[in-house]
Amino acid sequence: MRVTLTVNGARREADGVWEGESLLYVLRERLALPGAKNACEQGECGSCSVYLDGTLVCACLVLAGQAEGRDVVTVEGLRSDGEALSPVQEAFLEAGAVQCGFCTPGLVVAVDDLLRRIPTPSDAQIREALAGNLCRCTGYEKILDAVRLASTRGPGALPAEPEAGL
Amino acid sequence: MQFIRPTTWSEALQAKADHPEAWPVAGGTDVLVELNFDRRRPEAVLDLSSVGELRPWTREDDHVRLGAGTTYTDVLRDLPDLLPGLTVASRGVGSPQIRNRGTVAGNLGSASPAGDAHPPLLASGAEVEVASVRGPRRIAIDDFYLGVKRNALEPDELIAAIRVPVAPGPQQYAKIGTRNAMVIAVCSFAVALDPVRRRVGTGIGSAAPTPRRAVEAEGFLTERLDGRGLWEGTGPLDEETLTRFGALVAAAAQPIDDVRGTAAYRRHALSVLARRTLTWCWDDLRARREAA
Ligand SMILES: Cc1cc2nc3c(=O)[nH]c(=O)nc-3n(C[C@H](O)[C@H](O)[C@H](O)COP(=O)(O)OP(=O)(O)OC[C@H]3O[C@@H](n4cnc5c(N)ncnc54)[C@H](O)[C@@H]3O)c2cc1C
Ligand code: FES
Ligand code: FES
Repeated sequence: MRVTLTVNGARREADGVWEGESLLYVLRERLALPGAKNACEQGECGSCSVYLDGTLVCACLVLAGQAEGRDVVTVEGLRSDGEALSPVQEAFLEAGAVQCGFCTPGLVVAVDDLLRRIPTPSDAQIREALAGNLCRCTGYEKILDAVRLASTRGPGALPAEPEAGL
Repeated sequence: MQFIRPTTWSEALQAKADHPEAWPVAGGTDVLVELNFDRRRPEAVLDLSSVGELRPWTREDDHVRLGAGTTYTDVLRDLPDLLPGLTVASRGVGSPQIRNRGTVAGNLGSASPAGDAHPPLLASGAEVEVASVRGPRRIAIDDFYLGVKRNALEPDELIAAIRVPVAPGPQQYAKIGTRNAMVIAVCSFAVALDPVRRRVGTGIGSAAPTPRRAVEAEGFLTERLDGRGLWEGTGPLDEETLTRFGALVAAAAQPIDDVRGTAAYRRHALSVLARRTLTWCWDDLRARREAA
């Protein structure tokens, strides 16, 4: 079947999609957007986190057909025009929160979502918000540092787009 | 495989009547795992996520009608005061990503004995509103679970909504697991106090082939609270009452040994959860009385 959706602000079409295929597969294998990672395919690791109509979801748990006509934002779409990186990505780099980097795109989207909902989260709120994102390298401390750093830069630092597009 | 995507409830019911073998998918947090791992290859999937009628919850007198599209995130955001038991249970489901997509109705569709929504729905006496082209019917939550991952839906039926009485008093839920997030319950327990009609509700999860009430424990506690005039008082519950309640809850379970825990551990943990959650509820009730 054909699936038509908006990804990072642009209308995209994917043909020959199998009815049981996930949104993650469509993004990575059909639309050449490898930012969202495929690790567990069962919602456990969060490395495939994306926005679907402005809501944080695991792309591996959404059927491609369910995304028909909807609005998807992946890690590739988080930065504003003219920016090299989004503020959350900058904070991850500065805090040294990236080692192998496999978990990073999912975490960046999840942190972006957290800071839109709660601009200055407590440590408990950060831990709860990131409970569905696994990292095998960092031990999480530097990821927490990155979230704290990003939060000090204020909600104004986040581009308005993912929300405005809903 | 066919992908069927109704946009109205009547279309959805017609599609289910025409394709009884079609597998409904709402949030997909159970269905996609089965598809991704090739555990199931249905002839058709019936996507309910674009059926507008399923989305909102509404208040109807002393009930909340949770449309089948209501997610755990919706419950957490909107219903902590009206449905405190279900709210506590929703908070412990998966992760934000799972709560954003997973629906309470999907938990009933899967009917896993470990599903977190079941115990609070049992404790508060919910009803499941199901429908087909033949018409709607209501199933008492006690009659909904038929066996491990089996429920009372007919092949042409869909869940339209879940009707949950607005909490008349304190409600609690607790689950045992290795982490605070992303765990399938080793066992779980919900309790609901109704000081108006002087009733006690319970629900046990992950400790029998189906979620179930602890009927004798409910009867014992109701009688004890009535017999000793405790509903009116502001005192604490005595140890003997709490212990007996816990023992009756444990006795109502029918647990097995599995990778997550032994039957003996589950029984023990249930008696602890029962005492603990009842104490929380009772203290809440006392505080409300003192404030009144
Ligand atoms: C990583 C992860 C963590 C999880 N953690 C928990 C947890 O902590 N606690 C817990 O209880 N569960 C948990 N789950 C399981 C799952 O999220 C829940 O069971 C959820 O409630 C399913 O809802 P859904 O909308 O995603 O259902 P779906 O996957 O869309 O459907 C589930 C079942 O219900 C049926 N169904 C759905 N809607 C209807 C309807 N309207 N009428 C008839 N049938 C219907 C489907 O056909 C299917 O059989 C977890 C899952 C994952 C992947
Ligand atoms: S790949 Fe989706 S959560 Fe792991
Ligand atoms: S940096 Fe390697 S998994 Fe997180």
